[in-house]
Amino acid sequence: MKTYMRPMAGWWRRNPFYLWYTLREWSAFFLTAYALVLLFGLVQLVQGEAQYAAWRASLATPGALLFHAAALLLVLYHAWTWFKVMHKTLPFVRVAGRRVPDRAIFAAGVLSSALLSLLLLLWVLA
Amino acid sequence: MKRSNRPIFWSLFGAGGMVSALVGPMLIFITGIAVPLGLLVPRETMSYERMLALAQNGFGKLFILGVIGLFLFHGLHRIYHCLHEVGLPLGHGWMAAFHGLAAAGTLAAAYLLIVIG
Repeated sequence: MKTYMRPMAGWWRRNPFYLWYTLREWSAFFLTAYALVLLFGLVQLVQGEAQYAAWRASLATPGALLFHAAALLLVLYHAWTWFKVMHKTLPFVRVAGRRVPDRAIFAAGVLSSALLSLLLLLWVLA
Repeated sequence: MKRSNRPIFWSLFGAGGMVSALVGPMLIFITGIAVPLGLLVPRETMSYERMLALAQNGFGKLFILGVIGLFLFHGLHRIYHCLHEVGLPLGHGWMAAFHGLAAAGTLAAAYLLIVIG
């Protein structure tokens, strides 16, 4: 059976809001690719020192650096939007019987992210 | 009524979204930019010995598995919807394939973390 499908071609270019939305959604492509880069690194780590060295050398190529720079920007934008909508995705947060304001939930998310990222960096540097 | 599997995959999507929002940018910066360039973080940070030690440590195993598995579940779930939005309604079979791919990647990571000792 063939049903009518409303044509939607190019909808995401019609409005800046849709464009930002689409950009956010496609951050998932970079996140998935990054997970696969790490998985491949783990495969090479299991294979031995020479294979692992080859994986590390591939990370230092211009293409890989460009990919990671793009992934960094898009995932950063994903993080921003993730905290921005958190007051809608979480159940109502109440403190002493009062609803926590949306801005406070956003601020708490961004602050936790900054703090955890700093701890991660310090852990890596230690 | 048949129970929906939505809550499981939605939770994995949510967990992946949260972990990637909290530490994703910093992780990408460290492993993809800082260490390969020797910028801010020394190159030896990801030496064979240090990464092997991380993968052989219980906490390290959990960290690696969590990052790879949850990023895959979050990313592939969203890519499925992205494809729908640009005019490729793939249907339930494909959705199962996307989730299956994420599960396969997670299981592969778990297997590798076990054989590494």
